[in-house]
Amino acid sequence: MLRIATLFPDLLGTYGDGGNGLVLAERARRRGHDVRLITMELGDELPEAEIYLLGGGEDGPQRLARDLLIEGSFVSRVHDGATVLAVCAGLQILGETFSVEGDDEFEGLGIVDVRTKRGRSRAVGEMLVDVGGRELVGFENHGGETSLGEGVAPLGRVRRGRGNDGTVDGFRKDSIWATYAHGPVLALNPWFADEILQTALGQELDPLVSVADDLYSERVAALSLR
Amino acid sequence: MTGGTPYWFQPALLETPPLSGAKVLQKDQPPPGWSFCVFWLVSVKSMRNHLSLRDHVAMGAARLVNATSRALKRGSGTVAGGQVGLLISPGLLKNLARGRQTVLVTGTNGKTTTTAMVRAGWGGEVATNDTGANMLAGHVAALVGSTSERAVLEVDEAWLADALTSIQPSVVVLLNLSRDQLDRASEVRQMAERWRTCLAGPPGASRVVVANANDPLVVYAASDAARVLWCDVPTDWQADARSCPRCTRALVRTGESWHCTCGFAKPTTLGVTLRGALMIHGQEVPLELSLPGHFNEANAAMALAALSEVGVDPVAAASRINTVRDVAGRFTLRRWHGHTLELLLAKNPSGFDALISTVQEGDKDLWIAINARVADGRDPSWLYDVPFERLRGHRVWCLGDRRLDLATRLEYGGVDFEVVSDPDLIPVSTDTTALLANYTAFSEWLERSDSC
Ligand SMILES: [Zn+2]
Repeated sequence: MLRIATLFPDLLGTYGDGGNGLVLAERARRRGHDVRLITMELGDELPEAEIYLLGGGEDGPQRLARDLLIEGSFVSRVHDGATVLAVCAGLQILGETFSVEGDDEFEGLGIVDVRTKRGRSRAVGEMLVDVGGRELVGFENHGGETSLGEGVAPLGRVRRGRGNDGTVDGFRKDSIWATYAHGPVLALNPWFADEILQTALGQELDPLVSVADDLYSERVAALSLR
Repeated sequence: MTGGTPYWFQPALLETPPLSGAKVLQKDQPPPGWSFCVFWLVSVKSMRNHLSLRDHVAMGAARLVNATSRALKRGSGTVAGGQVGLLISPGLLKNLARGRQTVLVTGTNGKTTTTAMVRAGWGGEVATNDTGANMLAGHVAALVGSTSERAVLEVDEAWLADALTSIQPSVVVLLNLSRDQLDRASEVRQMAERWRTCLAGPPGASRVVVANANDPLVVYAASDAARVLWCDVPTDWQADARSCPRCTRALVRTGESWHCTCGFAKPTTLGVTLRGALMIHGQEVPLELSLPGHFNEANAAMALAALSEVGVDPVAAASRINTVRDVAGRFTLRRWHGHTLELLLAKNPSGFDALISTVQEGDKDLWIAINARVADGRDPSWLYDVPFERLRGHRVWCLGDRRLDLATRLEYGGVDFEVVSDPDLIPVSTDTTALLANYTAFSEWLERSDSC
């Protein structure tokens, strides 16, 4: 049984981020895995799961999500090796500190040594990121500028868009993936979904042909041309 | 906005591309065709006495640009003229609005329909922006185009504060607030906060806010206004207000009510209720709309509530609203290459949610067309916020620039689909086929098809 938990979609789900859980669940099911897709809403206990998903959110809800997550067992589960995909606000709350509205600094969950300040401008638009020779496409919409601590590797190099700072996007540590490509980043990038699934399942997956492959090719081509 | 460009000169006003002359105009330069504008001025009928000479020149220029724009088939001719008018006389909108009784309508969904309903329900001549141009330039064009003492104007959510300052309306209708075009507009909570700030007023102010009491973000936005008429109308979409707009804790819902532990709650003084029957200030108002969908009943209730505040009898107004059938091509039957299409516009998750409710019965094929151009919002992530799973059992023909995004969404949702690069290849059905489309895709299909 593979359990996939989307955390606080009511707080961190501004941009269709719920799509990531759906994509992981469907791609695992179609390879014959037994999957449970769980949603943790406000007031729920942290569910036991192999994969946790954190989405993007507005400023107030982002702070509340951080406060609720520090109380429960989320941090220790991640330290114990749970797989995490964190997007946008989710990326920021995994770090040491973040600033949202104004310049007030808030404590993050402190799981990864990254810090986010309010950027000079908002980054809105399509992204193309080189992740170890593979292309990741997405859409970003955020005002953060994130710097990575020593020893924290970025997810990839930004070829279009801003990501963390105009040079690199997100980070990658143990079984944690983080990116500014919000919303259904896994729907746009089937290979990325499968990489996360393979880590969580600890096994190679058979190829899965779907219309998502055509979408991926189209977006990569569209973004490479521009 | 970049330096030097007036804040209201928005390139995102896409409906009518500004004429090239309008783009280079500076505030202090005379517009092109100056002498012709002055000539046009002579034709201004029924001069309003608070309009300056500069306003009259600006109005003449606005008319000239709009007439030229229409003649050149550059669009419906409302935005470019309004922009030129405002360039010549920045106070033009204020002066045009002074002395009129004006209703402003804003919200994420239903603005255009509700505006059309207010206009129809009022009866007689009413100045309105019925071409979809819902920022200041569109308001100028609407008021230049009519000398009526009554006006109803649809206002883009992000432009409410500016419209309030210039127009000084009698009534402001707040329909709903949910996520829409997030790459362009600010996020919904920020929008609610901006509405609250601009609607806050001293007690005794004459302006009435007609507000949907079932949308927590709208209630928050209206909470500091001096006078509010709360309307208890059905509002299905709650995904954007699960957490309290005031303190972000979870909202508690019980039956038709909701509250937060911080004290923020659904208003209890409800002047308008739509629960089966429509009641306005204790009077039952018969509603038999020609337009489909219960979301349109909520729109009609809000329109009638606004009209009651400007002294229109709701029963008489309702009988006029009941006959409204066509709102800018929406809900109409169209012919295209042997197909009969019912054209339905939805621009965002809550809009799609409402339309899916009206088409999900049965197992008929559906067409869905999705674009992601500037007017649509460049980011189609919202497709994952739409409950497309409810279309299982239908086959969906995926059209539009972003048909692969739609197809991927449907595939993961377990809905049968076909990706269509050439709509001519879709087999012709003798039945009417529903075509759900977002903004620019809707416009394309409206243009491409013929009325039945
Ligand atoms: Zn509260």
